Amino acid sequence: MAETRDSADLAATMYDGAREATHSTSAPVAVKGGAGADGMLFDIRVQAERIDAAAVAENLAGSGAVGALVTFTGYCRDEGGRLKALELEHYPGMAERQIEKIAREAATRWPILGCAAIHRYGLIAPGEEIVLVACSSVHRGAAFEAASFLMDFMKTSAPFWKREHLVDGTMGGWVESKDTDDAAADRWHRL
Amino acid sequence: MKLAYFAWVRERIGIAEEEVALPAGVVTVADLLSWLKGRGETYDAALQAPEIIRVAIDHEHVDHSEPLAGAREVAIFPPMTGG
Repeated sequence: MAETRDSADLAATMYDGAREATHSTSAPVAVKGGAGADGMLFDIRVQAERIDAAAVAENLAGSGAVGALVTFTGYCRDEGGRLKALELEHYPGMAERQIEKIAREAATRWPILGCAAIHRYGLIAPGEEIVLVACSSVHRGAAFEAASFLMDFMKTSAPFWKREHLVDGTMGGWVESKDTDDAAADRWHRL
Repeated sequence: MKLAYFAWVRERIGIAEEEVALPAGVVTVADLLSWLKGRGETYDAALQAPEIIRVAIDHEHVDHSEPLAGAREVAIFPPMTGG
């Protein structure tokens, strides 16, 4: 029955994304491993280094209150052996600010206890992770939905751009944005 | 006002950022894109399809109808492809 009640809570907290998430007007913040003013645990990072998914998960799910943790990791593909690396360009300051905004929006829509959203920049080799999102909650429904929401908006709102480096040593093109990504983000406005 | 360019917009223009003094009549983001496009070949190459260009004022996404008044930093870039 708890899951049924969860679903009702979920429906009640969904609304059109036009409403702005409350946001600090101070300088862009990297909220790392700290609890927000509302007790939410946010782990927002933009970094060149590899992401330690196990450490992120332990940090989010270590408290006794958490019953569910959903993590998503996006990896660099080799595109059938064609790709040597992806180069990720980002807009420092805006990247952290937009990711935090997406995370806070997720927290207003679902009863999550914490979330992590970590995006890498620089050269990333096939097989390495590019991005990780994770959400914790009491029951699984909120964590699944919030993580999916977070990832969809990471792709369409966070200022990152991918460019291909090819195995033959030449520079490939900039990766083109996909309409399917916009459609994936748009569906949250229709709920 | 500071302008910042990213990805292929930055590459085509040939610089990552610059300070500009806006001429009278440049009031909105759309006005800015149109004015920039006329500044030379590199700008024209970067902004030949202004409708797909994304713009942020002081780190927040804005529509092309947004007024520029009060903006400190305007960033101009292609659709994002992170994640």
